[in-house]
Amino acid sequence: MGAVNPGRRLAVLAVCALAVALAAPWIGYGATPPAAAFAPFSGTADAEIFWRFRVPRVLLGFLAGAGLAAAGAAFQAMFRNPLATPFTLGVSSGAAFGAALSIQLGLPAAILWLPGGAVCALAGALLAILIVYGLARSHPERSIAVLLLAGVALSFFFSSLLLFLHYLADFTRSFLIVRWLMGGLQKTDGFAGVLALAPFVASGSAIILAFTHELNLLATGEDLAASRGVGVRRVQAVLFFAVSLMVGGIVALCGPIGFVGMMVPHMCRLAVSPNNRLLVPASLLAGGAFLAACDAFARTIIAPAEIPVGVITALLGGPFFLWLLAGRRRRDRVPGEDPA
Amino acid sequence: MNAALAIADLRVHAGDRAVLDGVTLTAGEGEHISVVGPNGAGKTTLLRCLIRACRPASGSIRVFGKDLGAYKPKELARLVGYVPQGDRSLAPFTVREFVMMGRYPYLRAFSPPASSDRDAVERALADTGMEPFAERAMPTLSGGECQKAFIAAALAQEPRILLLDEPTTFLDPGYQDEVARLLTRVTRERGATVVAVTHDINAAALASARIFALGAGTVVYAGSARAFMDNAVLARVYGREFLLAPHPRTGTPLIVPEAPPWAP
Repeated sequence: MGAVNPGRRLAVLAVCALAVALAAPWIGYGATPPAAAFAPFSGTADAEIFWRFRVPRVLLGFLAGAGLAAAGAAFQAMFRNPLATPFTLGVSSGAAFGAALSIQLGLPAAILWLPGGAVCALAGALLAILIVYGLARSHPERSIAVLLLAGVALSFFFSSLLLFLHYLADFTRSFLIVRWLMGGLQKTDGFAGVLALAPFVASGSAIILAFTHELNLLATGEDLAASRGVGVRRVQAVLFFAVSLMVGGIVALCGPIGFVGMMVPHMCRLAVSPNNRLLVPASLLAGGAFLAACDAFARTIIAPAEIPVGVITALLGGPFFLWLLAGRRRRDRVPGEDPA
Repeated sequence: MNAALAIADLRVHAGDRAVLDGVTLTAGEGEHISVVGPNGAGKTTLLRCLIRACRPASGSIRVFGKDLGAYKPKELARLVGYVPQGDRSLAPFTVREFVMMGRYPYLRAFSPPASSDRDAVERALADTGMEPFAERAMPTLSGGECQKAFIAAALAQEPRILLLDEPTTFLDPGYQDEVARLLTRVTRERGATVVAVTHDINAAALASARIFALGAGTVVYAGSARAFMDNAVLARVYGREFLLAPHPRTGTPLIVPEAPPWAP
């Protein structure tokens, strides 16, 4: 693969991702006759399943996966840390606490057109974002280190609050909280979720794509980036908010789906390029396709029952990543590897 | 001589401690100066102030007559390039990708590099002899190759002032010599001003026009390189005297190691 240029590998990835997106709605319990897919308003049960459940679910999964993977790629470059994930700064813990609180207090099932849990989760995510940013701003000289530490500490804090709520919850609510934490797309019904999530992912991804030069430079170190003309503090703040808001939106609607955000960027680094100019678009495509594919798997493996997609991502992705890592070991591009 | 760089009474604090306590320093256009001094004297902090990675408490820095703070980040980067100290963890970019990052102040978001950017990168690779390594990943380079890649990236930036933080400290003698020659040749060809922080005072005495010695955050010596190589001065900077011997060709006094009494 070394001889093929990275741009071409990105193109191949784009074709594969499109193929996954087109194929995924056809996969699920019971075959969909092609006629149903081409007659969305025919009113038949097959057309209803395809257009009201399958297609929005694949789109939602694709958006969520794309956003999480791009977020992971951005944070890994910004923090110069291969272990960074979209959830490193406590956004998902804040969201989980918000969601658990709404379950525990029995808040209304829907606020405006969105599920009540999602609105509370988003509020929790926003709270976490503001606290972390406020702490980092108070130490401008060491903002990245403070950002990371504040994020991790806040994660633990919200996780404890969550445990506390969980402990107080009765069986039904406890079950709902655990289900929420597994992350999943199975509640998709119609396009409302897709429409709610699209602005988050579109704006977040657009900003990350606009800053790929800066991400490359930040990955080489803050001082070097500053010396090359990057307005380091400003770029970090913009990226922090863009990525965190996008992640907050995704987690609010789909739960904290793990693995995609951390591992898909690494897969793309190995398979496409560590250059963020290519890595970010590759992560968007691969993350979207990966989550859509995992969800297709999750809804068929024990059909007619379904597994939350968060259970499947690491189950499928872990071994795949290890295989990729083993295959690349001899080559020179291992993520996060320091010079000998 | 026009001052490319004029620093006046620069003070930097870290907590209660003064890292720089009133540093004044100038460098003329095309001049090669060296900043020396013991560890912890504030040499690296001085360079970090010049790339605005460090905020001074007071004092002024002027670059080509204009206040440092008045430059936009990219505008400043087109004038000032920086080669950081040798110990670094590297992202796995290829050498060419890494050198291309030096072109950042000339690039726009979303648009690919222009032919002038590619030309500058190829010229920097050629000038540093890094063409054969262009497609290698940065983490696979040896210390010397890596240092040349960092210099190439700074050259691709086409700065008029080049800041170097201990450019030869972690290199073997072969590379030390190669990098020193390379820097002299390339900066002279390009007419760039060089500000080098170094512990290698022999190399500084041979390559630079003037030497500034820092001690505990202040300038304890500023003057010609030759006059610096004098035990009265060296004792002031390093707190001890050294054995000096003249360079066989130029006659510049250089420090030679003391031989132990049992040496043959």
